[in-house]
Amino acid sequence: MTTLAVMRLLSADPLPGRSQHIFYPQVDVNPDSKGREPLDVMDYKTAFDLWSAKRASQQALVASYHAKLRAPESTLPPMMVSVTSTTADFFAMFAVPFQYGRAWSADDDAARARGIVISSELNRKIFGGANSVGRSLRIGDADLRIVGVLAPWRPSPLYYKVRGGRFSSGDTAYLYSKVDDVFMPFSSSLDVSKGSFEPFTCWGTIATPGDLVASPCAWLALWVRLDDQAAVDRYRAFLQGYADQQRLAGRIKFSDNVRLRNLVEWLDFNQVVPSDVKLQTLLAFAFLLICISNVVGLLLAKFMRYGAEIGLRRALGATRRDILMQCLSEAATIGALGGGGGLVLTLCGLALVRRQQVEYADLAHLDVTTLLITMGLSVAASLLAGVIPAVRASLTPTALQLKLI
Amino acid sequence: MQVRLVLVALRKHRLSAFLLAMQVCLSCAVFCNASLLIAQRYKAMHLNSGIDESSLAVVKLSGIDPDRVADVNARALDAIRRVPGVTAASVVSEVPFGDSPARGGVTLDAEHHQSAGVIDFYMGDRQAIGSLGLHLVAGSLPGPDDYAPITDFVPSNPPVLITRVLAEHFWPGENPLGKRFWGMETSFTVVGVIDHLSVATPGGGEAKDPDWSVFVPTQPGPKLLGTYLLKADPARLGQVAAEAVRAAQAAIPDAVVDVDRSATLPELRHRYFESTRVMIGLLFAVIVTLLGTTALGIVGLASFWVAQRKRHVGTRRALGATSRDIFRYFQIENALIVGGGVLAGLVLAYVVNQQLMQRYEIPRLPVRYVGLAAVSLLVLGQLAVFVPARRAAAISPMEAVRQG
Repeated sequence: MTTLAVMRLLSADPLPGRSQHIFYPQVDVNPDSKGREPLDVMDYKTAFDLWSAKRASQQALVASYHAKLRAPESTLPPMMVSVTSTTADFFAMFAVPFQYGRAWSADDDAARARGIVISSELNRKIFGGANSVGRSLRIGDADLRIVGVLAPWRPSPLYYKVRGGRFSSGDTAYLYSKVDDVFMPFSSSLDVSKGSFEPFTCWGTIATPGDLVASPCAWLALWVRLDDQAAVDRYRAFLQGYADQQRLAGRIKFSDNVRLRNLVEWLDFNQVVPSDVKLQTLLAFAFLLICISNVVGLLLAKFMRYGAEIGLRRALGATRRDILMQCLSEAATIGALGGGGGLVLTLCGLALVRRQQVEYADLAHLDVTTLLITMGLSVAASLLAGVIPAVRASLTPTALQLKLI
Repeated sequence: MQVRLVLVALRKHRLSAFLLAMQVCLSCAVFCNASLLIAQRYKAMHLNSGIDESSLAVVKLSGIDPDRVADVNARALDAIRRVPGVTAASVVSEVPFGDSPARGGVTLDAEHHQSAGVIDFYMGDRQAIGSLGLHLVAGSLPGPDDYAPITDFVPSNPPVLITRVLAEHFWPGENPLGKRFWGMETSFTVVGVIDHLSVATPGGGEAKDPDWSVFVPTQPGPKLLGTYLLKADPARLGQVAAEAVRAAQAAIPDAVVDVDRSATLPELRHRYFESTRVMIGLLFAVIVTLLGTTALGIVGLASFWVAQRKRHVGTRRALGATSRDIFRYFQIENALIVGGGVLAGLVLAYVVNQQLMQRYEIPRLPVRYVGLAAVSLLVLGQLAVFVPARRAAAISPMEAVRQG
């Protein structure tokens, strides 16, 4: 049950009801490409071209990096924070909850405005959780004004940063880390922290170190929102058209190598659920199967011992159905009791998971659905285990049983 | 004779016998594969990093603006060296079990046709090789003039030390000294071969072997900055390392100490294999509970059978069977059922192994695991049936007949 709970938490749709409208376009931007799977992110020109074309109802560029942050209004020493630089639609598209203030606007993006949004965690650390809208923080040499503070937000996985999962041999716990501390307009990031961006991969030499805008590097992701199938088809055609055009311009080699996966497909492609967790679930089910066969054997023995009693009840007019029901309800009771005991163990198990030093540790808790599923599963398992013995018990001919008395 | 008797009797308990065999079959499959996984992870965890871990610690500073602070490395090193107990300090790009150093795909020809794999490039200053305790097995160490500053990702056309495994992978059976390979926009010339140097994230990256890394002699500078390796007496390492962190912070006040990454190598290794340890524990617990459950199932069912067959046993005893015969009867019965289960389990084990091989990088199941599982389960079966069988053997003919 513990593994099932963890598995469900890690593999659940992080944006239910919305994820099917959110897409992750990819173009094979590497000029040395061998025509295999396109890179997980795009270079600046491609991503920026696609973003500026505004062919989707909402779109956001996303790049993340680490930066040194100072809080002039507090006594805290400088700290390293993770920054996501993105564009205005990000918050509306991903339904990011705000506690104070609001997101910046598209105009702020264009104006290279110095307004940032901070996480509730950072707000708690620096401002003790108070409304910090209007106050300022220092990143690099720039003073940035807080325009919004997020409400506690813990997407699982941290989908907007997911990439490269297929290269990590199943060791993907890092995809479940916490949200970034600071969100900054992409245009302002280019001014403030130009040299801090980290490339996903490069296929040539970077002319000016740290300046990824003109670099032969893939580092920028684009997310778009497409509301219906027609929009998806249109966008796909647009993406293909763009790639063809770039191939003619000599910048892209394999123009047919474009992808448009929706959020869940992108997560699946990245195999976000750590393989250890999958293995644990597999083990848990193998274990369940063994327990079921064990219970079947024991119930068989138990019901057979009742032989005489059952015979008597049959002789007194009980139908086979009655016997069957009696046996099954007994099995179900055992299952429910076991489930109750299992529940306690599950809570212990989850407490153990929380103590582990993995990124998803704080996510481990029991939600109502998982609770119902596991209880249902345990009753179902014992019922399943009870069926064969119960049928056998109810099929015993009356006369034979009576003779045994 | 006995065997045939058992088989005839078993026909009457087809279902329970089948269930028990099924359970043994499943246990066997899980047992084989779980022990394989344990062995594999245990091996991964006891990887030889090739460095002198017990006496090393890392101090990591971040948030340093490389343009503004020209002498950060010198100031930090000086401060660390002054800490009592520190016997050596050097600037490195990274250490095993830390973050990744430079990592890149390399080719064996300048035209990048012959891809040779993705490897880790460790960089370090003149003291680094000695501090790390790298063990040279052929060729020579880089000379004092070989330490050059980083141009893009690595120094330009540097001499490098290569691990034995990597040399053998690049040029099987040939002398690697003087050979060149290309990657990261530059060419590398092998000057020496070292015993071991593991990649920073063994088992996690694209490297096919933990030893796929090279050491590049590098001059500290704006691009090799902030990660300091210190050497101290293993007994006082933790204490010395903590003091070195404070000293470095005091020397470079505007830097941010990377608390998570500043640690002793034993700590870094312990943390790195945390999830592996948890998984080994879990797999072990699964095996133990599994065998326990199976044993309980056997005891339960066998006891029930003994009780059910009291009259049968009594009759046989009355007809001249010794209590030894009865005892052996139950033993044979158990061996047959468990044996059948084990046979089916072996097939299942290989099927499961096939599936795991496709999904995880695990090897084919070696025969010895299968043998071990088979023997363990058979022994377990015999042990589990011991008490019920003895109870059966103790039934006196008179008692059984009277009761029946």
